[in-house]
This record gives sequence, structure tokens and C-alpha cells, in this order.
Amino acid sequence: MTMSFKGKPSRRAFLKGAVAASGTVAGASFANAAGDPLITEVQEWASATGDGVDATPYGLPIQYESDVVRRNVEWLTADTISSINFTPIHALDGTITPQGCAFERHHSGAIELKKEDYRLMINGLVDTPLVFTYEDLERFPRENHVYFCECAANTGMEWAGAQLNGAQFTHGMIHNMEYSGVTLRTLLEEAGLGAAGDLKDKWVYVEGADASSNGRSIPMEKALDDVLVAFKANGEALRKEHGYPVRLVVPGWEGNMWVKWLRRIEVTNQAIESREETSKYTDTLEDGTSRKWTWVMDAKSVVTSPSPQAPIKHGHGPLVITGLAWSGRGSITGVDVSTDGGKTWQEARLAAPGTDKALTRFYLDTEWTGEEMLLQSRARDSSGYVQPTKAQLRDVRGLNSIYHNNCIQTWWVKSNGEAENVEVS
Amino acid sequence: MSKFLNLVAGTALASTLIAAPALAEKYGLGRPATADEIAAWDLDVAPDGTGLPVGSGDVFTGEEVFADNCAICHGDFAEGVDNWPKLAGGADTLDHEDPLKTVGSYWPYLSTTWDYVNRSMPFGAAQTLSPDDVYAIVAYILYSNDLVDDEFVLSNENFLDVEMPNAGGFIIDDRETSEAHFWTDAPCMENCKDSVEITMRALVLDVTPEEEGAAEAKVEETAAEPVEEAKVEEPAAEPAAEPVVELAALDPEMVKKGEKVFKKCKSCHQVGDSAKNKTGPILNGIVGASAGAVDGFKYSKPMKAAASGGLVWSEDELSAFLSRPKKYMKGTKMSFSGLKKETDIEAVITYLKSY
Repeated sequence: MTMSFKGKPSRRAFLKGAVAASGTVAGASFANAAGDPLITEVQEWASATGDGVDATPYGLPIQYESDVVRRNVEWLTADTISSINFTPIHALDGTITPQGCAFERHHSGAIELKKEDYRLMINGLVDTPLVFTYEDLERFPRENHVYFCECAANTGMEWAGAQLNGAQFTHGMIHNMEYSGVTLRTLLEEAGLGAAGDLKDKWVYVEGADASSNGRSIPMEKALDDVLVAFKANGEALRKEHGYPVRLVVPGWEGNMWVKWLRRIEVTNQAIESREETSKYTDTLEDGTSRKWTWVMDAKSVVTSPSPQAPIKHGHGPLVITGLAWSGRGSITGVDVSTDGGKTWQEARLAAPGTDKALTRFYLDTEWTGEEMLLQSRARDSSGYVQPTKAQLRDVRGLNSIYHNNCIQTWWVKSNGEAENVEVS
Repeated sequence: MSKFLNLVAGTALASTLIAAPALAEKYGLGRPATADEIAAWDLDVAPDGTGLPVGSGDVFTGEEVFADNCAICHGDFAEGVDNWPKLAGGADTLDHEDPLKTVGSYWPYLSTTWDYVNRSMPFGAAQTLSPDDVYAIVAYILYSNDLVDDEFVLSNENFLDVEMPNAGGFIIDDRETSEAHFWTDAPCMENCKDSVEITMRALVLDVTPEEEGAAEAKVEETAAEPVEEAKVEEPAAEPAAEPVVELAALDPEMVKKGEKVFKKCKSCHQVGDSAKNKTGPILNGIVGASAGAVDGFKYSKPMKAAASGGLVWSEDELSAFLSRPKKYMKGTKMSFSGLKKETDIEAVITYLKSY
């Protein structure tokens, strides 16, 4: 099969790769003769001084990393105000997503809400309906937890076939942060749940302060389990685009329920069945019936490098294959990697043992001699679930589900190191 | 199997969780919410009608209110414009390829429509409709879906009588049973398939966005493109210099204030280098420009007529248009009620001059 460079990102990636490769060769030959001038000659940065301490009171990544940014797919939505963009997971390592490049999803744009103007109401079937200020929230006992937040539509454009060429676009509706906040349970207990009677069939309806008024119904069991009312992420205030000053964290459940700019919590005796839990975020099966209340995010993984936006730029020899795995049902217990499209698998090394409802980084330290690879990863979680192939998912769900596509992803890595999103038999 | 162990553990956990609150410690934080506060924010409407205010609206009124507030995105007949949601049609398509999911074909509860229109619409002017207007709009959407006749009046009284075609079309998440075979514990590691073929490639579709931003990528592209195309960019750089001169004369405070006011316009209009025609046309250089002249935008008939009549968007004309768009130009596509404050109009015009 001949190589096609028609897709622009791939062509650029290839050119960049070629430049990097020739650089390595040049460097090596210098080393053989007089030596690498980066070493043998005094460089400007080793002689003159750099920036003073206040040059950037709040630091941003250095200019050379300017391509590691969120990107959107314009044809997906009518407008950027009610839209989504994608985390550059192909260029990140470790598990924590920096806030500045963590994906955004807005239904009426990211609003600017001051802490002073922030109010949180708890009403409905509670003993005393209450209003909290931001300062009030900071006086409750606080917890810290790392959780992933994945949009239910992540990988949604891939149901019908391989479509987008890059892990950022196929799997980038995800981020993973350390949240600081108060448990929802603490706040509900402060208002008193006596009025709700038997809690088993009760619900909590949560709503945001922005114009979309996004609201979701959460069963009381989950609300009292691990849901957080968070005001810090990765140690600092939430970003505007992630719901400053306060958002809901619903561990392991679809991102749409993580209501931003959280303004109201209502205890109810039924699901409200709002727009985002009926017309959207419901999954239509082949026979036309649709699943609703599909809150849990199934176990999933993806190789982030090499991948279409992160081709192999070095020569033959040692190669680090790496990626991310996660499960909304618990922790990741293992990840298997295949380089032959799923014929054989080998267990990858987890950078750290999987933790509850958080991203796990995996590595496969291998040798590459220019052979083509059909690269796949397969996550396993603490409930015994194994990430399915796309064919297995389609067998049960058909092609119209939109949401909850957790299939095994395939990257076709070619002999020049370039990678492409493909489907295999 | 661990899945079932987990389910059992989950149930046990749930019962402890749910039993505990009676003993909960209180911190005495927050204050009681007043009845007015709760009434102001507790607007959601449940499937059984809980939360619906008293009111009514008929299809005929709904058609008018819809045309004024909704049609610019959703189309006169709720058929949807561009990528904006279609609200009507799609009956019996749910088991087809690319089903058309609308209020009529998909939404299981009428309460959802009422609630969403009331709390979240119109886009960019949410919570500005009266309950009667919302009843009327919902009646019109039902009519557009052939679910009621043109005499229909929707009210809190007959709300639950309306039958939604897809009410029975939903099942509760059944993944743990219908997908029980995904809990395999020990998956295949060797000889899992006889052969592997590539069956589809993303590059064939080529719908991946281009990656801009990295300077080197831009250099490569220019080098790769034919010389003629590179030339086209040059003259474009010059006119851009002119507004900069004018910008110096603009009051920066007013520009800043105008930027805030412009938030009301942003759901439909864009300005700046990367601006595109959206629901409304690009507004770069609009102050002093001829009306109806932005390339590629489909203007309303009255706007086209005004353009051929020589209308120029002087500050006075723009100011009059922005204060009452529908009054200034009957039939304009711009479904915006207008800016009430003189200073807001002045500020937004100043802001627009900066582009």
C-alpha cells in the first residue's frame, strides 16, 4: 500500500519527524569529529542571564510548547459557545491534566462568576432549605481526591468508522485532576434529610448557574457515596472554563453530570428527566430503543504515543509505547498492548497501581526495527471488565449510540514512524 | 465472578450509606433560603408536571413567538438551520441509519420541552420568556411535529394529556446484563485471531482539523503552496493597518465596555481575524459599511431591499437598529429584542469600530 500524505496533520507530523531525525544524525556525526557544538561551544544561555523572578507572575508553558493546546473540531457543532474541545493527551505524560489544556464543554459559554456573587442553594425534600456562600463552603471539612472526568461523547465520532486522525480528537474529551472540596453528603446532611423519608428512591437534582441551566438527576445512593462539591483543582482555583468558583465532581460518571458553576441542589422524589438526560446523553440501540441513565463510564484505554499526532521521530532501537487507562467502575488492574492488531497481547507496565476512578499511565518499553505495527491497548478493571473491541460493542449497540464508545483503538504505525487511525478486522 | 461480588459489595455499601444521615453532625453553616429565593431558582419541571406554573398558549400565538425568538436557529417550521437542532420531523427514523431525533420523534416527556424552553432558551437570552409564551412555543413545536392540530391550546390543565410518540422508547441502563460477556476476567493473550486486515482508514475521510499554532508548520505550508496563493495574502495585510489608526482615537474604556455588551451578540456574530459568518454575519468593519454586504451571508429579504436602497450602517442607523431591531426593520432575521441603554449601544458601536 502506498503512503498518502493528503491528510495535513500527518504530512506536517512527518516533516517534523524527518527534521528531527536528520538533526539526530548531524549531532551524532559532529560528536564523532570535533564534537557537538552545543557542547563544545559556549552557548548564549550559558553565558548571558535569563529572566528575573517576576517576568511571569503566573507562568505559562515555554513558547516551544505552544502546540500543546486544546483544539476543537469545527464541523461538530453549530457554534463554539455550545461546543467542546479536546485535551492534547498525545503530548502529555503522567496522569494529572494541567487545567490550562484540560478539555472544555459548554452549553452556553464559560461564564465569569465572582466568589462574592456565588450562592449555592439546597432545597426540595430537606429539613431546612439552605443558602451557602463561597466562604461557607470553605468552612466544612474538606477532602482531596484524584478523578478522571470523561465526556460521554468521547470517541463518539468513531462509532461508524475511523474518522479523526489523532488521540487528541478520538480520546481527548477527558481530564484527570486532584480536586479539593466538600462531600455532597456533608452539605445534604447540613440541610437535613429527615424530610426525604426513605432515601432509597430519592434523587438529587443538580443545576448550574450559567444560561444553559444544565441540570442532571443523580440517585441518592451515588450522591451520598463519593460526589464532591469542589472548588480547587490541582491545588489552585478551578478555571473559568471548568466552573469557577464551584463545580460538582461525580466520580466515574459521565462528564455532563459534573455540573459547573453549581448553584442548586434539590432533593426530589423522581428524576427530573431534563433535556440533558433524555434528548441527549441517552444511547440509541439498533432497534430504535434507547438506553437512559447510562451514567457509568466503562473501562477504556488508548495509546497516546506513538499516535497520529505523535509519530516515532527517532530511528530503530528502544521505543517507549505509552498510554492512559481508566474505569468508572473502580481502578485499573492491568493494561495489555498488542502490536499486531490483537492477535497477541503483552501486559504493559503500570506507572503506578491503578486508583479508584482515576487515570492510570501505562508503558511498554520495547525495541522497534521499523516494522509496521497495528498498535492497540486493552484495559482491565477491578470489576473484572475487559475493554471490548469495536466489533463487540457494535454487536450489542449498533452504530447510533453516539455516547459511551469505549472500544479498543487501533493506530497503524508505518515503517517511517508515521501513525494513522484505522479499523481492523 | 468478581462482577457479581462487586455488585453485592455495592449494595451492602449503599445500605450503610443511606442509613447513616440520621446521626449526621451539623456545622451550623449557611442560612435558611427564603420562599422567594426558592421560587426564583426552583424552576425545573418533572415528568408528572411538578413545577409547572399556571398558564396557557395556543399554536397560533406560538407560531409568532417562535418566529420572533427561535426561528433564527431552529427555522420557521422548527426544521433547524445549519447545524442547529431540528425540533420537528424524524418520525419512525430511530432504527434507521442516522436517526433524526426531535421533540416529536425522540423526547419521551413533554415536561422536558417546557422546562428547557423556559429555563435555557432562547440561546443568548435565557429566562426572558413568560410562562404563557413558553406554553405557546411548546404548543407550536407539538403542532410542527403533527402531534396536535392548529386549534390546540396547551395549558397546565391538559399538559399531561399530550402523548409523546417515543414515551415508551427508553430502557434503563442494562449494560451489566446485556454486556455481561465483557466481564471476562482472563482475556485472550495469544493466537486470538487468524488474520488481521485494515478495514477502514481515517485519512480517507480526512476530517481532522488542521493544527495551527506551531510556527514551523505555517512555514512549511507556505513553502508547499503555489506562489500565487502566497501572493494573495499580501494585500490582505494592508487594509488591516487602517483600523489600527482609527483604534487610536477610540476611548479604550468604551471599547472595553462595548466588549462586555457584545457578549449579548456573540451567540450569533463574530468579529476579529478568524471571524466567520454564523447565524449572523461577520461584523468586522461594519460601522460605516453598506448594509447587507458581507460575503457569503444569506440576508433576509428586507435587509436585501434596504441594501439595494443604499442603506449604510452609519452610527445613527446602527444605533436605531440596535435599540429595536424588529421595529427598525420588519422581517429582519435578527431575533434580538434590542439594547435598552443608550450607553450600551454607544459602547458596542465603539467596540465594533475597533474591528
